[in-house]
Amino acid sequence: MSLTSDGTEALVQPSAADVSDYVALMKPRVMSLVVFTALVGLVVAPGHVHPVIGFTAILCIAVGAGASAALNMWYDADVDALMTRTARRPIPAGRIQPGEALAFGVTLGTGAVVVLGLLVNWVAAALLAFTIFFYVVIYTAWLKRTTPQNIVIGGAAGAFPPMIGWAAATGSVSVEALLLFLVIFVWTPPHFWALSLYRADDYAKAGIPMLPVVAGPGETRRQIVLYSVLLLPVGASPWLLGYAGSVYGAVALTAGVLMVVLAWRVHGRTGAAGEQAAKHLFAFSILYLVVLFAALLVEGLGGFAGRMPA
Amino acid sequence: MNQGEVMDERSPDDGVVLTEEQKRRRRARSLAIGLALGALALLFYVVTIVKLGPGVLNRPL
Repeated sequence: MSLTSDGTEALVQPSAADVSDYVALMKPRVMSLVVFTALVGLVVAPGHVHPVIGFTAILCIAVGAGASAALNMWYDADVDALMTRTARRPIPAGRIQPGEALAFGVTLGTGAVVVLGLLVNWVAAALLAFTIFFYVVIYTAWLKRTTPQNIVIGGAAGAFPPMIGWAAATGSVSVEALLLFLVIFVWTPPHFWALSLYRADDYAKAGIPMLPVVAGPGETRRQIVLYSVLLLPVGASPWLLGYAGSVYGAVALTAGVLMVVLAWRVHGRTGAAGEQAAKHLFAFSILYLVVLFAALLVEGLGGFAGRMPA
Repeated sequence: MNQGEVMDERSPDDGVVLTEEQKRRRRARSLAIGLALGALALLFYVVTIVKLGPGVLNRPL
């Protein structure tokens, strides 16, 4: 079953993979956040989308995200094996052959882009293709192992889904879609660096130049505060610029202030207390993104912004 | 199933003989692929109806 085996032994190795291993290869938890943000982009976009076409778009974006995850795990199997957080992933755990993951990822990725193009539109399909390329080639294969800015630039890949959803609905990209992109883009560094603060040993062991490994935890805490402060106006920008309603504005400001407070706590503490604060910030950052996009979804469905027919 | 029985009669040198667990997993994978393909066919059918509607019948004869 193995497609890229270099030894004859691997050629006669039957696949030991269960369906659940392939599901794990698609990083279902990351996928759920991608699906949610893409859905919001689709719903808040102006105009009417037939539910079946909308469902198709979300399905393709989800499968594209799954393909990116599979290709990421295929490329990163060597470093994943060295880190406790990732050592139990299907490839380092030996449940899926690297070639199987590669074939799975390429098939799903190609299929998702082609189906999105044929059934929805080619602008959305092109954006999805670029997102997969960006995540797998630019982030995974290039930046991740070479620069501490890896997740800052790589964060663009995770910021594209609402823009793809928007493009699926309208056939183009506009300022509103760009703002949704920016919210996730600026959100990613404090989110990921909070995690990397208490996983720094893991990253150092695997030789990945995450900020705490290269510049130290003090500089990382400083950067977390800087990005969290920047996130406050960026998060509120859809409301400040008049694209979202007051419900979203209130949610974005409240969550943004809480994010800054939690980041400040990370900044002020070291040792076990600092680790605890970083874990709190990491957990809250996920909630932050969910409530902001949920507020947009509620406004979009309720027609608060005056675009969607109630 | 015939193929499996034939394989079981061979000596190990002749090829790969799957264990029961490997057969079970292969069957689960095959089932998942089948379901995914079926869902894809259904999706294309439904989208065709949504996009073209009665226009499906509108073709030059």
